[in-house]
Amino acid sequence: MQSRAMAMAALLELLTDQPVIICNGFPSREAYKIADRPTHFYMIGSMGSASAIGLGVALAKPKKQVVIFDGDGNVLMGMGTLATVGALKPKNFIHVVFDNEVYGSTGNQPTISNVVPLEKVAKAAGYVNVERVREREDLVYEFKDMLKKDGPSMLLVKVNEMVEDVGRVMLDPPDITKRFMQAIA
Amino acid sequence: MIESDVFVQALQDIGVDFFTGVPDSILGGIIAELMERRLYTPAVREDEAVAMAAGAYMSGKVPAVLMQNSGLGTCLNTLISLNMIYCQPCVLIVSWRGYHGKDAPEHLVMGDVMPRFLDTMKIPHRTLSEKTAIDDLKWLAETFMKQRIPVALLITKGVVKGLHP
Repeated sequence: MQSRAMAMAALLELLTDQPVIICNGFPSREAYKIADRPTHFYMIGSMGSASAIGLGVALAKPKKQVVIFDGDGNVLMGMGTLATVGALKPKNFIHVVFDNEVYGSTGNQPTISNVVPLEKVAKAAGYVNVERVREREDLVYEFKDMLKKDGPSMLLVKVNEMVEDVGRVMLDPPDITKRFMQAIA
Repeated sequence: MIESDVFVQALQDIGVDFFTGVPDSILGGIIAELMERRLYTPAVREDEAVAMAAGAYMSGKVPAVLMQNSGLGTCLNTLISLNMIYCQPCVLIVSWRGYHGKDAPEHLVMGDVMPRFLDTMKIPHRTLSEKTAIDDLKWLAETFMKQRIPVALLITKGVVKGLHP
């Protein structure tokens, strides 16, 4: 199984100027290190809200494809949003869930995603395309496919617990807001 | 009593163009009017609504979130660690259940502490009344854009027309 950072790097190579909302904890810090772009919105708190923020962007900017980089703990915390997305069916919504089955930013306490298949929950809630992948080549293939299709889509990527040696996001939150707003305007 | 359509129009006139939230009976008339105008995106929890509004704000919209005051507890962390930390404004239209201790038991604690709760949270707030409505809306628009944080307009029962008289 690959690390989240490796999977994330593979996806970021396929993205250009799409808005990307990245959940709090290590995912934001890793994305910031791999490729910092003004179209990235790095979260530092409000766990569970990445998909709802992404939904707000997707509804307000229907011509832009919106990508969410989320985690299993985050999705479980904001699980109601799977239903809201499934009901509203924004076509421009791609929800990537890096599933390592632990709360990695607080010391690897287990989540329950080992027994709750989140992509099946998403499908039942009304997501149009859902896929679960492990290997890098499947990840790249499915993500490219989702970029071409109407959503909402969920790509669940099983990753290991490895964390990159990363610092914090060295941007002030109000500057992240301003920069992101200008970049997606 | 303020008519729901007049109230919604007043919010649109100050620039609000994205509405989401979770219903309350006091807000029933307003939400019906918003749905009639196809302006309302329903959320399943108040924290989700606040986060959705934040996404809409960053995409150029002026968002409002409607909720019962119990929902303030649900969305507290989002208001703090998203809106306040990231300087993202949001209009909160909050129904004041438990006002003056007259309501079902589940509303009495929040109904009593809400103004102090909002003061502690440093969320500016004002209670809408028919007499001062024009000033209230003007205050809302100014505070919201100037301070770039959530601002709450509190609505007590009978001030804006509901679904049932």
